[in-house]
Amino acid sequence: MAILVDEKTKVLVQGVTGRQGMFHTRSMIKYGTQVVAGVTPGKGGQRVDGVPVYDSVAEAVEKHPEINTSMVMVPAPYAADAVLESLDAGLRLVVVITEHVPVHDAMKFIRYSSYRNAHIVGPNCPGVITPEASKVGIMPGHIFKRGSVGIVSRSGTLTYEIAYAITSSGMGQSTCVGIGGDPVVGLDFIEVLEMFRRDAETEKVVLIGEIGGDLEERAAEYIRKTGYPKPVVGYIAGRTAPPEKRMGHAGAIISLGAGDPDSKVRALNEAGVSVASTPNEVVKLLKAV
Amino acid sequence: MKLYEYEGRELFRRYGIPVADSVVVESVDEARRAAESLPGKVVVKAQVLVAGRGRAGGVKVAETAVQAAELAGRMLGSEIKGEKVEKVLFTAYTEIVKELYLGIIVDRFKKAPQVIASAEGGVEIEELARTSPEHVLKVEVNPLLGLTDYQVRRVVRFMGLDGGLADQAGRILRNLYRLFVEVDCELAEINPLAITPDNKLVAVDSKVIVDENALFRHREFVRPSEGTGLEEEARKLGFTAVELDGDVGIIGNGAGLTMATMDMVKLKGGRPANFLDVGGGAAEDVVEKASRLLLTHPRVKVLFVNILGGITRCDEVARGVVSAYKAVGAGKKIVVRMMGTNEEEGKRILRENGILPYDSMEEAAETAAKLVR
Repeated sequence: MAILVDEKTKVLVQGVTGRQGMFHTRSMIKYGTQVVAGVTPGKGGQRVDGVPVYDSVAEAVEKHPEINTSMVMVPAPYAADAVLESLDAGLRLVVVITEHVPVHDAMKFIRYSSYRNAHIVGPNCPGVITPEASKVGIMPGHIFKRGSVGIVSRSGTLTYEIAYAITSSGMGQSTCVGIGGDPVVGLDFIEVLEMFRRDAETEKVVLIGEIGGDLEERAAEYIRKTGYPKPVVGYIAGRTAPPEKRMGHAGAIISLGAGDPDSKVRALNEAGVSVASTPNEVVKLLKAV
Repeated sequence: MKLYEYEGRELFRRYGIPVADSVVVESVDEARRAAESLPGKVVVKAQVLVAGRGRAGGVKVAETAVQAAELAGRMLGSEIKGEKVEKVLFTAYTEIVKELYLGIIVDRFKKAPQVIASAEGGVEIEELARTSPEHVLKVEVNPLLGLTDYQVRRVVRFMGLDGGLADQAGRILRNLYRLFVEVDCELAEINPLAITPDNKLVAVDSKVIVDENALFRHREFVRPSEGTGLEEEARKLGFTAVELDGDVGIIGNGAGLTMATMDMVKLKGGRPANFLDVGGGAAEDVVEKASRLLLTHPRVKVLFVNILGGITRCDEVARGVVSAYKAVGAGKKIVVRMMGTNEEEGKRILRENGILPYDSMEEAAETAAKLVR
C-alpha cells in the first residue's frame, strides 16, 4: 500500500535539463522510479539519461498518457507556471522541490489544485519516498528501508537523520513525505496523517515539525479530536531558536505571536504524542509505543 | 522583509490609503528644514524595525518645529533596543476620536490571505485575539478570486462604521488588499486606523512585511542585510546564518538538521554561537568559507560541523573544513560528524589531518559541549 507514490507512479520531471534536474532524474532512475518524460520549454527533442524531453507538459502527457505525477525543479520565478501547467494537463500529484517560491504564488496554485482534485507536495521540500518502490524527490535513497513507520516532516536533512536512525534500528518506513519548509505548503500534517490513517501498511507515524506557524498545534488538535488510531511520535526542531529570526527555512520563524516550540510540544503532548528531544530518541519512543 | 514605517507609508500613499503628511530626515540640518515645512504639532518617529518602539522612547510629540528638530537630533544615531536610528520621520499630528485595526496576513493554515479587523485599534492584535477574540474578525480571502464586495461589507460593519466612514473604510480595505497582493506582502497592517474629528479615516502607522522570495519582482525594496556582522558576512557568502550568544560554532546542511544540531548542543550543556546552514550540495570552497567565518569569530571556541550527505558530499566537506582549520584554526577546537555520500573518503581526509570524525550526532554534540567547559 503506502501513500502518494508506489510502483505504479509514472513521473514527469519539469526542469529536467537543469543541473539539479539532471542529477536527480538520474538518481531517481537508479533508485527504480519510473521517470517517463521530462519538460523544459525550448529543449524539446533532447534526452536526459534516456528520458525524452518535451517543450510542454501537454505534449509529454499526450505522448505518455500513463504519467500521473510531476516533480517540479524549475527556478522559483517560473515554478508557479510549471505547477499550473501540470494541473491543467490533469496530473493528480505535483511535487514541488523548488525553494524560494513566492508565497502568493504558492497560495494560488495550492488553491487551484483543490479545484483540479490534485495534491501538491511542497514547495521547498525533499519530496516523497516509498522505500524500495519509488522516490519522487531528492533524498538519498539508500538510507530508507521498507517498513511500517510513516514519516511526515517539514524538513529535509533532518528527515534523513531520523529515517536513518529508524533504518539502523531494524525498523523501516512505509512512506516518507517532506511537506516543505515554507509558510504555505500543499499537503500539510493533517492531510498526510489522514492518508497514513487509511494506509494498512503504516502502523506508527513520526511527525517532524519545527518552529514557525501553528501546523503542529493544528495536527495535535486533529489527533486529539479524531482519536487518531495509530501511535504518533513527534520531534520539534529549533527549540533554541531566538524569536523573530528566520532559521533557514522561510517558514521557520517565531513571529506574530505564533511558532513557539514549547507550544507545539505542549499541544502534541496533550494529544498523547510523545515528543523526542533528540533524533535518536525518536527510535526509542517508536519502540515504546 | 520588514519595511520601515516610512516605506510602508509611501506604499499606502501610492495605493490611495490616506496618511498624514510626513517627511523623512537623516541629519539634524535636514530635520531643522523639514520641521518648518509641517505646520503645528509634529510627531517625531525613529525609523527602526524592532517592535515596541513607542515604549522605548522612539515616538515623541513636538509642540514646535524647534522642539521637533531637537528631538530628531537626539534620536538620530542613538540606539533603540539595540537598533541604530538612521532616519527619523516627522508626521503632522493627527487628532484622533477613535482607533481601529485593519490588517491582512498570509494565513498558513488556511493557505490563503486573511483580513483581520477590529473596532479596537492601537493595541497588539495577537494579544487582543487571545484575550477578547469576539472583538477580532478574521475573513479568509480566496487567493484566486480576491476580496469580494460582501466580504468588504462584512468587515466594515464589524468595525462599527456606517455612512461616509463605511465608504472610506471599504475603499481603504480594497486598496490595502491590492497592495498586499501586488507587493507580495506577508503582512500589510494599519494600526491604528484613526477616525479624526472631521470624520476622516487616516492610517497613523504602517507595518508591511514583503516576502523575501518575491523580491525578484520588487527590486526597489532590495537592500543590504540588516543582520549582525556574522549574519551579514554569511549572507554575502550565500549562506543563511543567525547569530546567538554562545561559544560553540555550528555548521549544518539543511535548516531542520542545523536547528536540531543547535538544540542538541544546548541539550548537552553547550551554548550555540550561531545557526549556519550551508545548504544542499555545498562544495569544498563553500564549506571552507563557512568554516573560516566561524573559526575567525571571536566568541567561537569550538566549531561543530554536522553533515548528512545526500547531495552534499562528505569528502568535499572534509576538504573544506581541513583547509579552513589549517589556515585560521589556531587555538580553536573542531568536532566533525559526517554521514552519507562519500563518508569513508571524508573521514579518511579528516583522520589524515588529525581530526577524529564522529558517526553519532549525539556523541559529537556532547564532545563539542564538553570542549568549551
